[in-house]
Amino acid sequence: MKRFLSGDEAFAEGIRLACPDVISAYPITPQTVVVERLSEMVEDGSLDSEFIHVESEHSALSCAIGASAAGVRTFTATSSQGLLYMAEGLPYAAGGRFPVVMMNANRATALPWNIYGDQRDSLALLDTGWIQEYAADAQEALDMAVMSYYIAEHRDVSTPFMVNLDGFVLTHTYENVDIPDRERVREFLPPYETENCFDFEHPKNIGFSAGPETNFIFKYKEHRAFERAIHVIKEAERRFGELFGRKYTGLAEEYLTEDADYVIITLGTAAGLCRTIADELRREGVKAGVLRIRYMRPFPNEEIARALKNAKAAAVLEKDISFGNAGTVYVNVAAALQWAGVSTPLYDFVGGLGGKDITHADIRNIYESMGKGAPRVTFMGIGVE
Amino acid sequence: MKPYLREKKSFAFEDIPEDTCFEAGYLVTVNSGWRSRTPQIDNEKCIGCGQCYLYCPDGVIAMDGKTPVIDYDFCKGCGICAKICPKSAIELR
Repeated sequence: MKRFLSGDEAFAEGIRLACPDVISAYPITPQTVVVERLSEMVEDGSLDSEFIHVESEHSALSCAIGASAAGVRTFTATSSQGLLYMAEGLPYAAGGRFPVVMMNANRATALPWNIYGDQRDSLALLDTGWIQEYAADAQEALDMAVMSYYIAEHRDVSTPFMVNLDGFVLTHTYENVDIPDRERVREFLPPYETENCFDFEHPKNIGFSAGPETNFIFKYKEHRAFERAIHVIKEAERRFGELFGRKYTGLAEEYLTEDADYVIITLGTAAGLCRTIADELRREGVKAGVLRIRYMRPFPNEEIARALKNAKAAAVLEKDISFGNAGTVYVNVAAALQWAGVSTPLYDFVGGLGGKDITHADIRNIYESMGKGAPRVTFMGIGVE
Repeated sequence: MKPYLREKKSFAFEDIPEDTCFEAGYLVTVNSGWRSRTPQIDNEKCIGCGQCYLYCPDGVIAMDGKTPVIDYDFCKGCGICAKICPKSAIELR
């Protein structure tokens, strides 16, 4: 069934299909619509979930962790300041291996106060042990609401999952979206089963401490789960493609990279405009390509190295800066090239902070200026070099 | 009741669970390493009132009839038992 939905509404439809047992969330712009739709679905009986009204984001995630420890499927959603307020709980959920799914609407972080989209909220929390996916359109948002549970709850993974939607550009933009059949989603997504939960018959100690002798081993096991997740992501996409006819491309999505001389690497919705301009440049005889990172964790190291190996130059376009260094996406991409011994010069373009539009001219400028001069960080469109 | 200490204590990679979830009551180590002084009961002075048993914040004092018994594997040496004892029968050494 096709419906005309915003990114937020599409995500809520995906959650209705995944049918979490417990939803605990606190509204925050630009995520609010997700929470509103889900509460309406619970109210009208079309979603059989326990909707817990909480007083803060810290409580929202804490409730989801507690419910997950009771052995049920859980969902929360937030954005920006709310995500930062959840920060304490993020490694807690990850270390406890509770497969909570969260939708995060990417939004600028204060100060100055700003409700518009950039990716500094989730990228600041990249090291907390959550899988991070960045959707590029409303259909992907809906599909990831379903697929995220398959991946997060898989026995080889057991890791919480954050699906990121660009604030406003994706959360509030309407598109034609295909809503999968509920029975087929049931076929795709098995009920959540785990032994990592309370059990009256077999008392357990859950969420314990671990001293210096063993703590390190738990951390290594978390890391290993991300390596396993790469295979589970592929398996989920293969099964999803068979059942619903939509293909996803794993950790990264490539566009004309095979023979590209100049490649832009980016996250989320900005990739759409980059593809349009790559087409335009191709008509002018410039071999341009785009690599969209879908997963920041686990990170597409191999895909990036392969796509950039024969390029003359590449540039990261990101809505992030790690003050005192480059942007976080740049640093990760540069490491991917280093692992593989690829020496393609890599430039960093910071754009779209606080919701500033990334324009057609901005992206043409990235393609035209990459490869010229020493690699550096460029803040786009603010009148400084 | 004294905490149940498992005889098999393994820190081998495969014996460590994947998640922070394990059979209840499983302790792999005693917990008294930071004690700098140790409470000693003078049974001559002790009247068996049970105040030390009631006040011990870590629950490591048991009453064997009228005689308090301290579990030194888990006593942290805080000294509350000595402070509360009405007969000054407990001394930290």
